Amino acid sequence: MVPNQIERETVINAPVERVWELITEAEHLGRWFGDAGAEIDLRPGGAMVLRWSEYGTSRGRVVAVEPRTRFSYRWAPFREPGGEEPVEGNSTLVEFTLQPDGDATRLRVVESGFASLATSAEQRAKNFNGNSEGWAHETGELREYAEKVAA
Amino acid sequence: MSAPAEGVFAALADPTRWRVLSLLAERGEGTATSLAGELPVSRVAVVKHLAILDRAGLVKGRREGREVRYTVRTEPLGETARWMAGIASQWDARLAAIKRMAEEG
Repeated sequence: MVPNQIERETVINAPVERVWELITEAEHLGRWFGDAGAEIDLRPGGAMVLRWSEYGTSRGRVVAVEPRTRFSYRWAPFREPGGEEPVEGNSTLVEFTLQPDGDATRLRVVESGFASLATSAEQRAKNFNGNSEGWAHETGELREYAEKVAA
Repeated sequence: MSAPAEGVFAALADPTRWRVLSLLAERGEGTATSLAGELPVSRVAVVKHLAILDRAGLVKGRREGREVRYTVRTEPLGETARWMAGIASQWDARLAAIKRMAEEG
């Protein structure tokens, strides 16, 4: 089956408080995620804006905030710059979990929901086909009309 | 970020469709009738699944009399795997950046 999620983990030689700041504060997000700044309203449902110097802007939406433990948000990795609001069906879920490991922090990230993107893509394909059938119908009528006129 | 794999994800999101594709890969080729004979779904359902797989570029069909004979196209699957690997390595790079920033103090 096509994998529906990606999981990555690293151990950082810094306390969870420090790692938490880096993954949730705009000043830092704009450096390691985007490269041209970021905005974040750090509460469930809060808006995120991520900027890249070359790719433009992407929007995110905060899902869960449990200080120093868990932080998650949705974002639309396929959207064009400045794209639409990330909701279920057009976006993936990124979940960070932090775990103290002695003086260090175990940081884990899971990006999931690739298959649900899929469903919406399928819907779009259906819509697209619906449209092209519409066009085929109309061009058919046009041809009939042209043939009548020519006759 | 472009997503060549989006249509492929769409096509593979359905478990029955995945079985249709796997069966085709195993048998080398097949028709809606032959595939329906080996799956707990109707021929009509298999025809629909094959059409979606075809649109995603995962199978190609060749008309033979009244039936269309399908084979698997492997390139888009490889593309999807590479695309997922690309996303994974982006996360590796991001985690490495967080680690660097955290450890620099």
